[in-house]
Amino acid sequence: MAIKDYLRERFFPHMWCPGCGHGTVLNSMLRAIENLALEKNDVVMVSGIGCSARISGYVDFHTLHTIHGRALAFATGVKMSRPDLNLIVPMGDGDALAIGGNHFIHAARRNIDITAIIMNNRIYGMTGGQFSPLTGYGKLATTSPYTNIDHAFDTVSLAIAAGASFVARTTTYHAKQMTDIIQKAIQHKGFSVVEVLTQCPTYFGRKNKEGGAAEMMENYKNITTPIGSKASRENPDLIERGIFVEKEMPEYCSEYNKIIQKAVKGK
Amino acid sequence: MGKPKLKKLHIRQEWCKGCGICVHFCPEKVLELDDKDKAFAARPQDCICCKLCELRCPDLAIDVETEDE
Repeated sequence: MAIKDYLRERFFPHMWCPGCGHGTVLNSMLRAIENLALEKNDVVMVSGIGCSARISGYVDFHTLHTIHGRALAFATGVKMSRPDLNLIVPMGDGDALAIGGNHFIHAARRNIDITAIIMNNRIYGMTGGQFSPLTGYGKLATTSPYTNIDHAFDTVSLAIAAGASFVARTTTYHAKQMTDIIQKAIQHKGFSVVEVLTQCPTYFGRKNKEGGAAEMMENYKNITTPIGSKASRENPDLIERGIFVEKEMPEYCSEYNKIIQKAVKGK
Repeated sequence: MGKPKLKKLHIRQEWCKGCGICVHFCPEKVLELDDKDKAFAARPQDCICCKLCELRCPDLAIDVETEDE
């Protein structure tokens, strides 16, 4: 199936700004699903609120556009009742780690088989460019006109500490790697976290003088490096990308099924 | 298997928002923006079918069709 067959073309052109990296995430994610030859009816996409969350409207799967930060809670409900379906939850940085921070760490702790894609553009774009928990120290946003004094989460470290069994990071510049990583994340049995650095030229880029979309993507090439590379050892400021964790752990729905079996036997 | 050969570079101009990502990253400078800021193939004969434009296009507006497809 071509990726166009996974789209709800009647809603195109989409509502994202020119050069918004979210479109590239949609592009790469659909290629991953195409490579896996998943049937439309076997995929459920659940999203919360924000620019990133609009992604669920554009794909022709089962889709749920839910409330801010709670996409993982809804997805958990769907997965518990239909463990045979593939759950994909695209979230923004604010949606996932501010409003939905608690849902995020507990979904990771339970190791429920859901693929969480965190589209990190370091800003609340939809509401006008307020700083998010991933904006970072010293950065400008409409709510930090004299620079931000909040330090950012390291999404990867947070996901690992919370117990996610698959953790990866990539960028919109590395579109082929993104497809490859999302494909592995979907295949992984357990909670998968994929952080994608994605540009918001309209707010984050403009406020922080990072140039247009293409310049911001060039920057991802310069500030990131493969995990454990020579460049990374020489310059610890570089952001590592690739797969950090990929391990087998008891999956939540499988464990729950065992409890059901036990309880039924007990009768 | 030889090098892939371009059949046609399809660009859905009604979906294109003119961000210029494809133009910027094309290794062979095949693409340009027209006077309405829509991408078009100015030099399709130079295309090496790397498909980087298709993969990175945030508007999903590009489809690189090769002879073997």
